[in-house]
Amino acid sequence: MLKIKWAAGLLLLLCSFLVSAAIDVYQFDDPEKEKRFQELAYELRCPKCQNQNLADSNAEIAKDLRTKIQQMLVADKTNPEIIDYMVERYGDFVLYEPRVKPQTYLLWYGPVLLILLGLVAIFFIIRGRMKNKQSSAQSDVELTVAEAKQLDALLNIKKGKKS
Amino acid sequence: MPRLLLFVPLILFIILGGFLWKGLSIDPRELPSALLDKPFPEFSIAALNEPERILTKQDFIGQPVLVNVWATWCPSCRQEHEQLLAIAATNGIPIIGLNYKDEAPAARVWLEQLGNPYQFNIFDEDGMLGLDLGVYGAPETYLLDAQGLIRHRHVGVVTIAAWQEMQTIIKGWDSVKN
Repeated sequence: MLKIKWAAGLLLLLCSFLVSAAIDVYQFDDPEKEKRFQELAYELRCPKCQNQNLADSNAEIAKDLRTKIQQMLVADKTNPEIIDYMVERYGDFVLYEPRVKPQTYLLWYGPVLLILLGLVAIFFIIRGRMKNKQSSAQSDVELTVAEAKQLDALLNIKKGKKS
Repeated sequence: MPRLLLFVPLILFIILGGFLWKGLSIDPRELPSALLDKPFPEFSIAALNEPERILTKQDFIGQPVLVNVWATWCPSCRQEHEQLLAIAATNGIPIIGLNYKDEAPAARVWLEQLGNPYQFNIFDEDGMLGLDLGVYGAPETYLLDAQGLIRHRHVGVVTIAAWQEMQTIIKGWDSVKN
């Protein structure tokens, strides 16, 4: 009796697996390929819909491209091969992560360049301030004789008024 | 010198503003074809009206042609049909139809009822030639030179302005020849 219950339970479990497989249109013989399919569909951009990836888009072309990715995965193509295939046809637009090449150097290295520029600017500003401080400290000491007399006179006036 | 440095942010702002201003007038949907100045992809697909006839690139190479991607499910294709008929009537340039992901009977009825501007139609039922061509939605029109290189891509309805732009390109080739 218990054995039958177990068998029935297992059968039900298997059925649920079959159902979930039927919902997923894209079938793969190997879970690793399915994972790569998900990755590619997330990182490739749908050419029709500006700001959606292939996984999110319902556009006809996105469906076609998903099918193409699946076919290429089943045919044992590597990820770079599949991405090259898409770029050959739809240009760099399909890449959410732009390739590093002379046209994109500014995009990739621009932020680093800006940080460096900022650091240089900070360095010069701090150095300028320190110089100012030093020169103002020096000017305290280096009063000319005339200035010293003037200062004394002013101070005396003040003292005289008070007393 | 430090006084001049005070103008640096203003100059940076003007440069950035220039880029943003330019960005306002760029249509992000108009992608340059990845195949620009590259040969039209190889194919061998049945003709729409003669299913036993297999078309290849050799059927139109040797003269400049327009390849127009269309389908009966595409409303803008209907919109541009008049203009295509006008181009065909003035003998401007041969037009090759690429019937993209369509149903053959519906497409044949369309040509009978609205008129046929095409020399012949490539019946790309599964859209695989479209995929090789980088089509992402009908209508699209490609201008090919006599060598079969893709020289211009127009996405969307072929308007009079779009046709004039293509004519200017074609005239450019003619003047080189003469």
